[in-house]
Amino acid sequence: MKNLVEVNNLNFGYKETLILKDISFTIHRGDFLGIIGANGSGKSTLIKMMLKVLVPWSGEIKMFGENIQTLKSWNKVGYISQKVNSFNGSFPATVEEVVLANLYSKIGRFKLPHKKHKEKVYEALEKVGMQEHSKSLIGSLSGGQQQRVFLARVLVGDPEILILDEPTVGIDLKAEEALYCLLARINKELGLTVIMVTHDIGAITVHANRLICLGENGMFEHNPKEGMKSEFVSEFYGYDVNLHTHKCDKCDQGEVKSC
Amino acid sequence: MLEIFQYGFMQKAFLVGLLIAIITPCIGMIVVLKRLSMIGDSLSHNSLAGVAAGLAFGFNPILGAVIFSVTAAFGIERIRKAFPQYAEIAIAVIMSTGIGFAGVLSGFVKNSANFTGFLFGSIVAITDFELYIVIGLSSIVMLAVLLLYKELFYVTFDEESARLAGVPIKIVDFIFTLLTAITISISARTVGALVISSLMVLPVATAMQFARSYKQTMIYSIFIAIFCTMIGLYISYYGGLKPGGTIVLVGVLVLLLGIGYKNIIRKNFLKKVSKGKTI
Ligand SMILES: Nc1ncnc2c1ncn2[C@@H]1O[C@H](COP(=O)(O)OP(=O)(O)OP(=O)(O)O)[C@@H](O)[C@H]1O
Ligand SMILES: [Mg+2]
Repeated sequence: MKNLVEVNNLNFGYKETLILKDISFTIHRGDFLGIIGANGSGKSTLIKMMLKVLVPWSGEIKMFGENIQTLKSWNKVGYISQKVNSFNGSFPATVEEVVLANLYSKIGRFKLPHKKHKEKVYEALEKVGMQEHSKSLIGSLSGGQQQRVFLARVLVGDPEILILDEPTVGIDLKAEEALYCLLARINKELGLTVIMVTHDIGAITVHANRLICLGENGMFEHNPKEGMKSEFVSEFYGYDVNLHTHKCDKCDQGEVKSC
Repeated sequence: MLEIFQYGFMQKAFLVGLLIAIITPCIGMIVVLKRLSMIGDSLSHNSLAGVAAGLAFGFNPILGAVIFSVTAAFGIERIRKAFPQYAEIAIAVIMSTGIGFAGVLSGFVKNSANFTGFLFGSIVAITDFELYIVIGLSSIVMLAVLLLYKELFYVTFDEESARLAGVPIKIVDFIFTLLTAITISISARTVGALVISSLMVLPVATAMQFARSYKQTMIYSIFIAIFCTMIGLYISYYGGLKPGGTIVLVGVLVLLLGIGYKNIIRKNFLKKVSKGKTI
C-alpha cells in the first residue's frame, strides 16, 4: 500500500461559493508534502476535510486505502493545528502530562498509565530535544519550545502521517529553522509522512519533496527541486511576492540535532 | 475545643462537609480551566428550584435539587446542540429557567426560614436520609472523576486533539455536566445553593498559585477545600453563623493569604537577584 492518502475530485464550500475546486492528489509513504497558497485559499479547509472535521460536497478522501468516513485507525494520524499558540497559556499542566495525554488509546479507557508509558513520553521528548523540560509547566515555555512539545505529543502516539497547519506562526526565525530541520529528520529517519501547510515558501521548497499550490482556479503541483520563482508564486497568490532564499546547511550534513 | 464532635448533628455536618470538600474542587478545577464558571451558577439556581419544589410539595428538598439540576444538565446539552458554537446561550437559558422556577415555586413554600437555609446552608438540619444521599452520590462522583482522569484532562486541555486521539468527547462532556449537577445539588444543604459555585472556584484559584502540575493543582485544591470547610464549619458553630457564608469567607481569606505569600516570595527573590548583581 504505497498510497497513504488519496484525494479524488474534492469539491467544497462553506456557503454557496466553492472554495476547493476539483482537488485531486495522492500522497505516498515517506513524502514530505508542502501545501501553499494565499490566505483564504482553503488550505486549512482542506486539512479539516482530511481530518473528517468537514464533509466534502463531492469527491472522496482515502487514508490507508480506506474512505475516511469509515476509517477507524485515526491514531495513525497526528495533527498539529494552526491554533497551538492560542491555547490557554496558564493551564497548569507539565510538559510530561501534556505528552502523556496522547497515549490515551494505548493506555486504554478507565486505566492509569504504567511506567512504560512514561518511558515512551520521555523518548518522544528526546526526539524533539525537550527531555530536560519534562517537569516544566507548558505555559512557562517559549513558543518554539511549546511547538516542540506539541510535536512530541503527536509523535508519542507513533503516527504514520503527520499533518501540520502553519506550525511556524509566532515563532522566531531560528526556532522556525530548527523546526523544519526537526521535521526533515523525522521524515527521513523515522520515515513519517509529513503534510504541512505553510507560508514559508522559501523553507518549504528546500525541505519538501512535493508541493501543492492552492489558488483561485483550483490546485496544481509543483516540483520543489525546480526551485521557486517570485513571478510564479505571485501568479497564484494573486499579488507580488518577493521570495527570500532559505538555507539549512547543517540539515544536509546530518547535524540536525544541533540546528 | 473538640466537644462539638460529640453531637450527632455536628458529626453529620462534618462528614457531609468533608465529602463535598473532596468532590467540589475536582469538578471546579475543570469548570475553571474550561472557563465555564457560569455552569455552576446555572445548575445551582436549578437545584434551588428543586429545593423549593421539595419544600412546597412535601418531598425531600435535596432529592428535589438533584432531580432539577440533573434535568437542567440534560437541558443544557440539548440546547447546546441547537447553538453548537455558543455554549453560553444554553447555560444562560437554563439559568433563567431555574431562576424562574425557583421564584415561582418559593411562593408555595410555607416556612420561608426553611428555604433561606438552602441559600447559605445550615448544619443542624441534615437528616439521615440526606446523609445517605450525599455519601452515595459523592462516592459516584469521586469514582467517575478518578476513572475519567485522563479523558477529562485531555478534553479540557485541547478538545480537538483529544477527539483525534479517540476520546469520546460528547460522552465525556455529558458525564461531566451530570457530575457537576450532582455535586451542586447535594451541596445545597450544608453550603447553600448561592455559595456552591464560589466554592468550586476558590480552592482551585488558591491551588493554582502554587501547584507545579495538573495533578498537584487537583490535590492541593482538595486539601485547601477540606481545610476551609472544616474551619468554616467550626467557626460557624461557635459564632452561630451561616456555614456556607463562613466557609466561603474562609476560602477568600486563604486565597488572599496565598497571593500575599507568593508576592513576598517574589520580592525576596528579586532582592536576592539584585544583591547578586552588585557583588
Ligand atoms: N467556518 C467557516 N464558515 C464560513 N466560511 C469559512 C469558514 N472557515 C473558513 N471560511 C472561508 O473559507 C475560505 C478558506 O479558509 P481557510 O481557513 O481554509 O483558508 P487558508 O488557506 O487556511 O488561509 P490562511 O492562510 O489564512 O490560514 C476563506 O475565505 C474563509 O473566509
Ligand atoms: Mg489556514
